[in-house]
Amino acid sequence: MADNVVTHPTSTAPGSQWQPRIIGFLCYWCSYTGADAAGTARMKYPPNVDIVRVMCSGRIDPELIMSAFSRGADGVLVCGCHIGDCHYISGNHKTMARMPLVKRILTDLGIEPQRFRHEWVSAAEGEKFSKLVAEITEQVRKLGPLNWPKLMRERGVGHGMDLKAWGE
Amino acid sequence: MSENGNGSKLKIAKYWAASCGGCDISLLEIGPHLLDLIKVADIVFWPCAADFKYKDVAAYEDGYIDICFYNGAIRTSEQEEIARLLRKKSKTLIAYGECAVDGGIPALANLNTKEEIFHAAYLENPSLDNPNGVTPQPITQCEFGELEIPRFYSQVLRLKDIVDVDYEIPGCPPQADRVWEAILALSGGELPARNQAVKVACRDKSVCDECPLEKRLVKIKEFKRPHEVKPEPEWCLLEQGIICMGPATRSGCDARCPTAGMPCRGCYGPSGDVIDQGTAMVSAIGSLLDASNEERAHELIGQIVDPVGSFYRFSMSSSMMKARK
Repeated sequence: MADNVVTHPTSTAPGSQWQPRIIGFLCYWCSYTGADAAGTARMKYPPNVDIVRVMCSGRIDPELIMSAFSRGADGVLVCGCHIGDCHYISGNHKTMARMPLVKRILTDLGIEPQRFRHEWVSAAEGEKFSKLVAEITEQVRKLGPLNWPKLMRERGVGHGMDLKAWGE
Repeated sequence: MSENGNGSKLKIAKYWAASCGGCDISLLEIGPHLLDLIKVADIVFWPCAADFKYKDVAAYEDGYIDICFYNGAIRTSEQEEIARLLRKKSKTLIAYGECAVDGGIPALANLNTKEEIFHAAYLENPSLDNPNGVTPQPITQCEFGELEIPRFYSQVLRLKDIVDVDYEIPGCPPQADRVWEAILALSGGELPARNQAVKVACRDKSVCDECPLEKRLVKIKEFKRPHEVKPEPEWCLLEQGIICMGPATRSGCDARCPTAGMPCRGCYGPSGDVIDQGTAMVSAIGSLLDASNEERAHELIGQIVDPVGSFYRFSMSSSMMKARK
């Protein structure tokens, strides 16, 4: 795992307005192809979701979601094939069971549930994907920056916390 | 066991920071081996058992202590100061017990802010008699002059967040057999100091790996809490719907709790190369639910009581998020 903190180029440039930075984990067989379809059809949607392509939504270890938030992401989007469509038969059944639990944990940790979204997007649903990205971007924009690394720095780094442990 | 290179006895220190004292007891649990230990080692600092003062430690020359076991997490400036002092005075510094390694039970306080904790402890608690609402201040002026108490940090930290640690012995408390093996290895020179916080006195795999209970490969149909059900003996507790942290927890304890019919609480921290014990447990549970549609998955997940407190019970300070917002 890379040690760098997630920062948005536009958010650090002087005089620029803050832009939400959202990490999207998309499964290769349906959702990434769906995002591709949105692009091929030249649909317009906000550029705020950085897509990480994975082979199956069932391999999205919830640790990756926590990792994104803890390194400075403002939101996380998880997309996989609809139930019944999984290329690996039952990978997305695991996603279906894990994601509500991830959402509960995030909520208990004080992170607004709107920052995390889990949806099924098929290869044909380019329009659904573009709408989804527009929605989560707007939701996160309303909530403002999360900036977890800054929060943690304020809580104890000054007392001798090993900065490396915080991904800096 | 051998003495140190100079022909003199090994010098051993033990300190307690934010901990319950169980780690001190666990060292005594090595039983008759204590006599073997005392033959080759001298205790030079152990607040729980021997009357040495901080100034005695400060007077030792640097590197005087051969092996220092530091148990407890770091919550106050005093604990940080002593961690730095002991690092300077010790050749080998060992984080002993889950609090020093991953935050342990004290790190559950990271789910509340410092202000909330002070409010509950000094202003809200029903057994309090504090009409003037006095709360502890780092510095107080009184007729004798200025009094200073240690500062309370905003978060519970691990020993390795503050100083370089040579080895870590996880567990709440570490099991005596494993501790004795580690002491033998340390005193025999097999574990040289190397500042990499290597975990010893434990194994890499999960508790399930050494658990004798039978897996019947059935899915979880309902979650139950340990007091609500009498588990069927010899059968995997997680499959019976009792939250058992076995799949996400480091082994080394010989699966004592599940063997005795109680679910694993996760006290050895995350296994292998896993960083975040809680989400490792989310992964495991996700693969075990008997749910064919989303409504059913939501229903089952809703039956789990306090997922954060249960899944991160011992490892909040080592988790990805480390605290509540």
